[in-house]
Order: sequence, then structure tokens, then C-alpha cells
Amino acid sequence: MQEMLEIRWHARGGQGAKTAALLLAEALMGEGTYVQAFPEYGPERMGAPMRSYDRISSKPIRLHTSIKTPDVIIILDPSLLTDPSTMEGLKEDGIILVNTVEDPKTVREKYHIKGRKIYTLNASQLAQEELKRDLASVPMLGALIKVTGLRSLEVFLHHIRKELERKFAHRPEVIESNLKLYKRAYMEVKGE
Amino acid sequence: MAQKTKELMALTGNEAAAYAMKQINPDVVAAYPITPQTELMQTFAQYVADGLVDTELVAVESEHSAMSACVGAAAGGARTMTATSSQGLALMWEVLYIASGLRLPIVMSVVNRALSAPINIHGDHSDSMGARDSGWIQLWSENAQEVYDNLIQAVRIAEEVFLPVMVNLDGFIISHGVEVVETLPDDTVKEFVGERKSPYRLLDIDHPITVGALDLQDYYMEHKRSQAEAMRTAMPTILKVGKEFEGIAGRNYEAVENYRLEDAELVVVALGSTCGTAKDAIDELREEGIEAGLLKIRVFRPFPWEEIKSALGSKKAVAVMDRAEGMSAVGGPLFHEIRSCLYDLTNRPLTVNYIYGLGGRDVAIEDIKKVFYDLVSIAKLGKVEDFYRYLGVRE
Amino acid sequence: MKLTDKSQGWKELPIGGIIPGGGTSRAYKTGTWRTGKKPVWHPERCIQCLSCWIYCPDDAIFITEDGKRADFNYEYCKGCGICARECPAKPEKAIEMVDELR
Repeated sequence: MQEMLEIRWHARGGQGAKTAALLLAEALMGEGTYVQAFPEYGPERMGAPMRSYDRISSKPIRLHTSIKTPDVIIILDPSLLTDPSTMEGLKEDGIILVNTVEDPKTVREKYHIKGRKIYTLNASQLAQEELKRDLASVPMLGALIKVTGLRSLEVFLHHIRKELERKFAHRPEVIESNLKLYKRAYMEVKGE
Repeated sequence: MAQKTKELMALTGNEAAAYAMKQINPDVVAAYPITPQTELMQTFAQYVADGLVDTELVAVESEHSAMSACVGAAAGGARTMTATSSQGLALMWEVLYIASGLRLPIVMSVVNRALSAPINIHGDHSDSMGARDSGWIQLWSENAQEVYDNLIQAVRIAEEVFLPVMVNLDGFIISHGVEVVETLPDDTVKEFVGERKSPYRLLDIDHPITVGALDLQDYYMEHKRSQAEAMRTAMPTILKVGKEFEGIAGRNYEAVENYRLEDAELVVVALGSTCGTAKDAIDELREEGIEAGLLKIRVFRPFPWEEIKSALGSKKAVAVMDRAEGMSAVGGPLFHEIRSCLYDLTNRPLTVNYIYGLGGRDVAIEDIKKVFYDLVSIAKLGKVEDFYRYLGVRE
Repeated sequence: MKLTDKSQGWKELPIGGIIPGGGTSRAYKTGTWRTGKKPVWHPERCIQCLSCWIYCPDDAIFITEDGKRADFNYEYCKGCGICARECPAKPEKAIEMVDELR
């Protein structure tokens, strides 16, 4: 792993990007990995564009500033790709992970994306099938693990299960469906 | 489930504060929700609902009532805590002075947020800076770890010096950001904070007292003098508690933190989350050959006069960062106090003030580096042309 | 207890303006505040309703052990006249405000 990996989530209020960014940090933390995750709110409104961020590092993280040159951008609503600020600062060898019905090649052509690596996943549909809700952010975590190789699927699932058990102590029924969703996303994410 | 060992946890600043409160297990918490503090009290309320603490949680109808309930509880002898932000702190205003004037050891997290108008929910220091004369001890936190550590220490400090303590954390940047926090075993915290001991308790009916009596020209000034003395002599207790805390946690807490300061010629002085960003900026500047350093103010009330004098005495140029506009027309509140404390020195550094990060405006490494580049020019020129500046504002 | 001892410096005072010890108002003889008028009780007209005792803002009415009103305690009577105003006894009130020269 490089010293610090920076991830920027682009979503709309209510899609769960804040929760997902925080959950990712919680699942990756420990054993020499330092994490930071934070949202950037405008007004807290459902449907309004919002961003959240993850830093994953082999050294303690002291920075308290937004991420301007991410290694990865995760897009939960493909319509956000029409806004040029979405791509802003993404590294030349960076990764774009999009929740869409389309494949990476179509996304590249449709939004005129040059360079970078594009991955797609129909995360909304997967979430709809497993959670009965369009919480696209959940499967995107599984896809992210695949495309970045941050952890093996087994290790990731082991850690995130512990986090889910803590978070959903009052709703244990959602844990298994979440875990199944991560696995499906890990398998189904498509690259070019 | 009791926590038996030190544990690394990924927590937001709000969760770190709530977790510290859970381990402190205060007798009474009275609070009213306000962004960005809401999550803190929501997390703590869940602990109450789950029976993990013995706290009497008083849901009130405003922050004025919250602090009033805290005053009553603390006067009754209860270990009392609360939390607020921004307009909420503003609404507590008159009661803040009552808490400190009655010498009640209330501990409050302040999730720092800008004050309206214009309306804004994001992090800056206007709220607590406005309360700097209210007689509360103020501890400032750079990250979620310091929120947790400061809050535990605050209980001891408050109860030893009989002054209320506010623990500050930057709204959203710290309150809503997840970071790695090392938490202590439950028993260690329990033993560290101990039981509250008070010479006077309103509910001790065998030893009745009057609290809040009218105090006019013949006594008020003596009581204020005695309150001022508590603030004047609080620092040794704060440092002693910091030392003891280091013993259980292994983390060092002083009135100020020096980062690469010893051999620095140019220094930035700041509070809160910006200090972390400044440390990274300083490392980069050192690579460029610029002798940059940071003076982080952890204890703002009481003001660490001697520590600041000795830290900045031999420096060439100092930039004081204010995340609050004092509206004095001549710079921010931190700047004036730092500059005043340098007055007695024979070799005073050149000083400049930057108002920055208002209403949550992002502060990048580049912004801090720009301040240091300005300090390079100031040091070269040997004078400051305009000492009251804005950082990162559109002209 | 001495309540008007102003020789105490700030170091000697209890913190926070706290006054230790209960019942301190007993030492505060508010009867000296009366200017011009004082109430006089006429036991033969009194119906023992105790309204005067309830309304008295101070501690100026003695109550006997069997719960009956006794005479005024002028050490605490400020001469406010509320008792005389509220006395419901008829045809004549049992409390009368009279001139007091001192």
C-alpha cells in the first residue's frame, strides 16, 4: 500500500455516502492502518449533492482538510459526472468507480473521460434486491475493496462484520443481508 | 460489556466525547440538541437508554434551561455534564456566568460552530471565543483523541479548582470526522475521575447552605476576586492532572504543545483542528529549508502567559491564527492576547494576525504554507506592514 | 451569627457567595425597617383564620403550639400593612395600622 490513499465520494443526500465512508474507515482501521473519514455537508438535504472523504494511511493522519487530489472517486449517482467539479483533482492514474446500469466503456464515452481506470457496478439494483432499498453506498464498499485491493474479501468481511454488529446491535437482521451484498458487489464490479 | 483493556476505535469526535462521558458516568446530564453537537448527545442518550450509565438525563426545552438545570444539579452535589454548539452556547450566556460565579464544576463539550448571521452550521471558534470572559476554563482539542482525553481530564480539573470547564472541538471537521482513538479501560477512567467531593452541597440537609444570595457592593467584589484567584491558580492543577493522565494513557498534555518549535525562526500559533494540518505543512516547509514551527494552544483559559512568552521569546516572526473575527477592527481575540504577552520581552518577535476558516472554510496545507511564506517576507523586511489580515477570503 | 461583618477579606469568604448554615434570616432583624405605621392585633375580633400569617412576607406573627395566632413579633415586622389589608374579620378587622413614632 502506498503511504496514503485518498478517496472522495460523490453522492446525493440520503444515498448513504457519509455512512459508507465512515464504515469503510472503521473496517480498515487497526494493525498499522490509520484512517480518517468525514463528510462535507452543505445544508443537510435529501437529494442535494454532497461529498464525503476517506484517508487510509500507514502513518497517523494529522491533516484536517478536504481531499483535493484523490486516488479514487466513487460516484453514487452518475448524473453527478456531468458536473466538471466531480472529476477535479483526480490523479492521472486514479480510479473512477460508478454506480450505473452502463459498462465502463459507455461511461467513458458518454462523459468524455480521458485516462484513469473506470469501474462500474449496478449498485442500486443490487441494494434493491438485497436490502429492498436503494442504498447504493453499501455494495460500492464491496466493489471498492475489489478495485483497490486494499484488503482481501475475507479479511474485509471479517472486520466489517464486527462493525455492523456494533452499529446494528438493535437491528441484527440487517447484518447478513449487508454482508451478502458486499460479496455480490465484489464479484460483479466491472472494469474496462 | 465492560472495556477491560486499551482499545483502538474508529470514532467521530462526537462519539469520542460521548464515549468518554459513558466512562465518566456523570450523575446528571441536561442538554438540548443543536447541529453539530446533536450526534454527541444522541449517542450518549443511547447509552442511557441501554442502561450502560447511571446518569439522570434531563431533556430540556432550550440551552438556557440546559445550563440552568446543570447549575441546579451541580449545586446539589451531582457530577454534571452537558454539550452544545454556537447559538446554543449563545443562549446559555447568562447562565454560563452563574455556573462559574457559583464555582460549580460543570463540564461541557462545545462543538464549535459559527454564529449567525448569516446562518451557518459549520466549524469556527466564534462561539467559545465569545465566552472567553465567562469564567470557564477552556481546553481545545486538535483531534478526536484529544476530545476524549481532554474530557476525562476536565472532570478532575473542574472538581479540584471549582470552576466549570469547556472542552472545545471543531464542528464537523472533528465532530463528524472518524479518526482512530485509543480508549482506556472503563475501570481506569472510573478510578481516574473518582467520586466528586464537594465541601458544600445544596441537598445535604444536615449542613444547610444558601446558594445564589444577593451580593451587593459590600461583598460582590471579594467574591469576584476569589473567583479570579481560582482561574489564576488553576494552571498547576491542569498540569498536574495532565501528568497523571499521561501515567494512565501514555499521552502527554501541557498548556501548550510545541511542534518543531525549538529551532524555528518563524512560528504559527493556532487552536484546534488546524494544528494537525499545520504540522504537515511545517514538515513540507522544513524540506524546503524554511525554519517553521507551531505553537498549539491547548489551554486558552487560564491563558498560558508564561509558556507563550518562553516559547515565542526568541523568534523572528509569529503569525497568530484566529478562527473567529473579534470585530475589534484591529484583529482577532487570540492575536491580542498573544501580542500583549510578548510586550514585556526585550526582543519581541514581529507579529501578524490571520483571520481564517470562518464558517467552516477549508484550510489546506497550501494555506498554512502561504502564511509561512508571508512570515519569510516579514522577517526579511524586518517589519509588519499590515498586521490584521484575512487568509483564504475572496477579494 | 454576625451578618454585617465587613472586615472579612476575599480569602476568608466561602467560595461562590455560598452562605453556610441554615436559618440565617433569623439574625436579620427587619423590624427596624418600619417607618411611621405598625399593626396592632385585637384578639377579641380575631377569627383565627391565619390569613395574616400566610400573607406576612416575613416572620412577624407568633403562632402558639396549638396552632393559634398570637401577637406580633415586632423584631421582624416591616410595617408593610398586608396583614391589616387582608384581615377578613367583620364587622371590624382584627388588625389595625396605627401611627408609630420612634
